[in-house]
Amino acid sequence: MCVVISSTLGLHGQVSPRVSNDRLVNAAAEPQNWLTYSGTYFSQRYSPLDQISLSNVKNLEQKWVYQAQVFGNWQATPLVVDGVMYVTQRPNDVVALDAKTGRVFWIYKYIPPSDHQACCGANNRGLAMLGETLFLATLDAHLVAIHAKTGRPLWNVQVADYRLSYSMTLAPLIVKDKVIVGGGGGDRGIRGFIAAYDVQTGKEAWRFYTVPGPGELGHETWEACPSSSSRSTTSPAYCDPEAWKHGGGSIWLTGSYDPALNLTYWGVGNVWPDYNPTQRPGDNLYTESVVALDADTGRLRWHFQFTPNGRYDYDSVQIPVLADLNLSGTVARVMLWANRNGFFYVLDRATGRFISGRPFVKVNWASDLDERGRPIQTPQPPGSPTWPGNQGGTNWYSPSYSPRTGFFYVTAWEDYATIFAGVPVPYREGQSAAGGANRTYVPVPGAPTVPGLRRGPINNWTEAAAKGAVKALDPLTGQEKWKFVMTDVSDSGILTTAADLLFTGGREGYFQALDAKTGAALWRANLGGQIVNGPITYQVDGKQYVATIAGHSLVAFALRE
Amino acid sequence: MKVQRHVAFSWGILVLLILGRPLLAQAARNQPVQYAEADIAYGARLYASQCSMCHGPNGDSIATVDLRSGRFRNATTDQQLNGVITSGIPGTVMPAFKLDGAELAGIVAYLRNMSTFDARGVPVGDRDRGRAVFEGKGGCTKCHRVDGLGAGLAPDLGNIGSLRTAAVLQTSVLDPTSGMMPINRPVRAMTRDGRVINGRRLNEDTYTVQLVDDQGRLVSLQKGDLREYTILTTSSMPPYQGKLTAGEVADLVAYLLSLKGA
Repeated sequence: MCVVISSTLGLHGQVSPRVSNDRLVNAAAEPQNWLTYSGTYFSQRYSPLDQISLSNVKNLEQKWVYQAQVFGNWQATPLVVDGVMYVTQRPNDVVALDAKTGRVFWIYKYIPPSDHQACCGANNRGLAMLGETLFLATLDAHLVAIHAKTGRPLWNVQVADYRLSYSMTLAPLIVKDKVIVGGGGGDRGIRGFIAAYDVQTGKEAWRFYTVPGPGELGHETWEACPSSSSRSTTSPAYCDPEAWKHGGGSIWLTGSYDPALNLTYWGVGNVWPDYNPTQRPGDNLYTESVVALDADTGRLRWHFQFTPNGRYDYDSVQIPVLADLNLSGTVARVMLWANRNGFFYVLDRATGRFISGRPFVKVNWASDLDERGRPIQTPQPPGSPTWPGNQGGTNWYSPSYSPRTGFFYVTAWEDYATIFAGVPVPYREGQSAAGGANRTYVPVPGAPTVPGLRRGPINNWTEAAAKGAVKALDPLTGQEKWKFVMTDVSDSGILTTAADLLFTGGREGYFQALDAKTGAALWRANLGGQIVNGPITYQVDGKQYVATIAGHSLVAFALRE
Repeated sequence: MKVQRHVAFSWGILVLLILGRPLLAQAARNQPVQYAEADIAYGARLYASQCSMCHGPNGDSIATVDLRSGRFRNATTDQQLNGVITSGIPGTVMPAFKLDGAELAGIVAYLRNMSTFDARGVPVGDRDRGRAVFEGKGGCTKCHRVDGLGAGLAPDLGNIGSLRTAAVLQTSVLDPTSGMMPINRPVRAMTRDGRVINGRRLNEDTYTVQLVDDQGRLVSLQKGDLREYTILTTSSMPPYQGKLTAGEVADLVAYLLSLKGA
């Protein structure tokens, strides 16, 4: 069901945005636009715009606000194409606004069924665009193509059956003539996948299951149940011989693409059930991994698993950041990955070979990585805290890489631990069960813990429960070059610019600009609502804007005249 | 004779049923419902695995929702709670949960008993005697306030029974420093012009802190304006270990648990 509300077009500029494959491949050459979820295919979230600089950033003023009508964590990143901004709002609306004034051209409303099973709220992280068509992935696992000028739907296909607990919350990715999405629902025992659809017709072109089936490479890592195991779900030795069928491996964040290698990279979510490794022995590929797929066929070229036989819900659902680094005199085509499991990795993105890895937060679930990057796991005794905790050293929110400073920037949670306890859980279709329990470790029994999702205006858990920090890492050594510590944790993405500015938000509702070289705080706006998206920057009529979402307000800033 | 007694017993039941029903119904309204220990324990495990990811271990991790308070915006009766859990709340983050009857009964039993659940091993005495300790021998009103009685130097305890479990309350009385909630840690701030403010936090963020000072005043400070800002880890409250008898502590815990606010 859908409703379209349209209004007459404004006067300024000629408004007929059309995105071509060339423009997407060369997105870095048009920094006035934001053409795809992560800005460019390499997902560095770095902008060449420098009108806003270290010296004038204190003169930023709010230019406009757009308020959504449905309250809740607003995790979307907008697109900006030739002066028109396209953003999704809860639950599955698409809004087209004038990027200069925030006034609305049209709203398309896709109404998902109220019994959709997205685990963590009616999130939608944004859109993809090709030609004059926008693409929306919905909470009930549909993919909808929408005409960008009129807001009218063009086609709508079912990607998966939402009654089997599939949902989609990610922004799709365009690669050539295909739009790529993935299946979410990893806390409910789905079998994850990445799928590509023809942009014109919506016909499925290929599907890659993140949990391989019998006969498929990697299936042997879902090992047969040992003879000592039990079939009884009340026994601690319970083992599920069909664990792979509901093994998790969800996809809920947009991947990256290297046009020269024609590889598309996707971070894969937690194994199911999240906390009980005994019932699914083996490495459980390709959960908690990155996979590199041939963009034309969806066939797996390589994989790298960050956390084998997971027991901590360490979804590897982070943005694969691609960069070309000078390593020992040669240009290395790398992938930079600060993983939820607390390690920062550098991988060769052509082959998946492990180059380096070291912790970027306190880690005690593993003592080290071996020479292939495989963790030497050291599970903690029952009742003892594990660092990092369940939400990870970092999570889904976008990191950034600045080719100017050479630093990789990540939003990290520090001093954050969880006490995990795995218990057997039988698979039941549609259920939500992680196979165990966890509680955030706090030093005082009964003290408040960090809220998992939305927080209110009062922080009563304090730094004792966890704190947030923006960290600048040297990708060659993994060393921390600086960190900007916050009181509360943050689920905000990061944007860097050619002016050596870094923009980020946080749960406290401050939208702040830091010096990307040193971490010094230069400017902030107190927006009074949780910022859980990645800020973007764009330019219209010669003026640079920075936009973020706080609470239910999408706010754009530019320099005071 | 057995038969006669049996008949008398039956008549007695019948009389009770006819005359006593209104009395029983009234009693049911006045008496709290008793939940089976086994249900509460089962519910606690289910809560930990299904609910605490969003609601937190204390039931207060979602802004505006406090499960331990016993007051729910969308339900009053157990039946209504069942409905909320199995249908979710459309338009919010609360999803529908597929649970069988025993699981639901367990979760609801646990929700109704969250604040006393860890009371095993924690003696809970007489609430009225506990009030006498609070206002008398304990001297608590020198710093704490309940329903307007007492000083406002330490946290107001008017609804502390909704916020803390029995075990946490007992620790707070016997050894306040180890039981002190991090938000209540004493804070010492010095401004650039040398003014010292002592108090405890109400709220804090990266750039500012909101305190109630030792005069009970609300103070908001910009951290950038401070020369010093220290959070102490020792409580100003004296420990009562050895100063109150075990019975007095148990009574005090009962009284504090009874303070559920307006």
